[in-house]
Amino acid sequence: MHEVFYKQENPYMPERARIVRKYDLTEDVRFFQVRVCDQEKVFTLTSTYSPGQFMMISLPFVGEAPFSITSTPSRPGLFEFCIRKVGRLTSRLFELEENDFIWLRGPFGNGFPVENMMGKDLLFVAGGLGAAPLRSLLLYALDNRDLFGKLFYLHGARTPRDMLFREEFFQLKQRRDFQCYLTVDEDPEENWPFDKGVVTSLFKYVKVNPKNTAAVVCGPPVMYKYVVQEFMKLGIPDANIYMTLERKMKCGMGKCGQCVVGHKYVCVDGPVFTLWDVKNIKGLI
Amino acid sequence: MRLFKIKKQNLIPFLRGLEGFGELWGPVKKGNNFVYVRAKPEDFDLTALRTIIPAKKFFLPSKFTSLKFRDNRWEDNYRPRKRVIFGLHPCEIHALNIYHKFYTRLYPDPYYLRSKAATLVVGLSCIPDEHCFCYATGTSTVNEGFDLFLTDLGDRFLVWVGSPRGEDSLKLVEKFLEEATQEDISRYVSWRKKRDASFKLKVDLDGMPEIVSFSYDSPIWEKMGNACLSCGTCTMVCPTCTCFDLEDEYDLKRDEMKRDRFWYSCVFREYSMVAGGHNFREARSERLKLWYTHKLVGFMSEYGSPACTGCGRCEVSCPVGINVISVVRALRNERSTALWVKMEVENA
Repeated sequence: MHEVFYKQENPYMPERARIVRKYDLTEDVRFFQVRVCDQEKVFTLTSTYSPGQFMMISLPFVGEAPFSITSTPSRPGLFEFCIRKVGRLTSRLFELEENDFIWLRGPFGNGFPVENMMGKDLLFVAGGLGAAPLRSLLLYALDNRDLFGKLFYLHGARTPRDMLFREEFFQLKQRRDFQCYLTVDEDPEENWPFDKGVVTSLFKYVKVNPKNTAAVVCGPPVMYKYVVQEFMKLGIPDANIYMTLERKMKCGMGKCGQCVVGHKYVCVDGPVFTLWDVKNIKGLI
Repeated sequence: MRLFKIKKQNLIPFLRGLEGFGELWGPVKKGNNFVYVRAKPEDFDLTALRTIIPAKKFFLPSKFTSLKFRDNRWEDNYRPRKRVIFGLHPCEIHALNIYHKFYTRLYPDPYYLRSKAATLVVGLSCIPDEHCFCYATGTSTVNEGFDLFLTDLGDRFLVWVGSPRGEDSLKLVEKFLEEATQEDISRYVSWRKKRDASFKLKVDLDGMPEIVSFSYDSPIWEKMGNACLSCGTCTMVCPTCTCFDLEDEYDLKRDEMKRDRFWYSCVFREYSMVAGGHNFREARSERLKLWYTHKLVGFMSEYGSPACTGCGRCEVSCPVGINVISVVRALRNERSTALWVKMEVENA
């Protein structure tokens, strides 16, 4: 009688995927390129998500955790992740070799409202590992350059060695249709050719039309307050200031409750929130 | 509207007949409390009010294996047993309706749906005791969410059919059914009056969503946090608590890996802790605030009603008297007998 429920797709069922390429971005952050093994699902999965969404990565016997997708749906075929070695699961992920299997569920989360951002100037501010979700939206905007206004990307790291996607951004800096500014807090080897100082010091370069700008920030929690102040100084409306947040998540589908803040489930109502959400829902940051 | 009646002496054979659908479970006295167990119909206690653990355990067990991993493949072998659950009161059925809305929105939960399909819900009317406050939450009667609902009218039971499956199940017990008459309805009306007059606990939940929201910085959360033991009892006994955790375990005997899913509690310290040790809700007061905000504000904006059905389980379970009644009274600046309200806040 209820056999129908056994045939239905189980959203808790992980999908097998293969690590096709990996390399270190910094001392403790590794870049993974992953391909879903099921040939029939590859294209749909890797072309229909939104920048800013995340996936649950799991290893049997170790567990499951959420990770931002750092690739863009405009370049389908592979998923890319940028993973810092910080806990049990990530330590085990670092032991894996190319051609090993991992398991994926998703993509989950609201992602950035890309459609609302079209026609607007985009201002990105990334700090540390915050570059991971922002790279997805940035590459999407660069791949669809005509759909957006001016593009500003400000990226801060502790030292040149800690800067994620360093070489990629050095190359992107050459593009004339894209303003990319990189800064480091400290430069122990004294060979950094660009700005020094905190990421907010890069705001002096920003020239956008504030009323028609979507501003996006992602980084360590301490950064948000200062960056948001700069956005407000520019005069960008609350509803156009986006931030992507992290929480502990076990299901990704608004069920397990571990990411709840107030009455929002970060995994389905987020992880992208506007400044208004943050002001309105106490405890988001 | 399908309404029947059965004679009181026919209740036991009636329930035995329903066993044709599946295992028969119902409330049985255990010490001073009640528990849902698989039992013979003659062992069920018709006066039972709240059981220790609510009926949510039939829909998602406190712990079960959600997935197994063998030969590089995940398998989903969750097959709930078919059950008839007898003796669910309106508060319990309302809670199951909240459960249903919650687990079927966005990504319908397959484990829940299977259990739901395997479970026949037979409700039963009740007379409230000093901990019941379902009149305040608007959950003292039900219109949906049950397959059959029995109202105890002394020498007979009114049988209200609430679903097509309930209608089908009646074929198993056809010989006991009689048409309900106008006299039965009048009996029901006077029973309702008597029932409604017997609530002893007075509490007013009116204005709760905004009062809780406005009281975000109130010192009462700190007081509550000082008293709370973080034991998680409130969340386990709450019929509308849905949170769970997933954990991978290795089964040495069978040489296979399984992913277990079990009830979890937002008052536990590890609940909001992420890798690297950062805890988004380190303070007990923060975690309690989350629980009450989610119950009294969050569900209100998502589903139009609070996630409290007035069952009174938190009142009888919390070892330090933190419960919906004492929290609502404290937030409304009303007199309260709860000990934690009188406690002084350290370092305040």
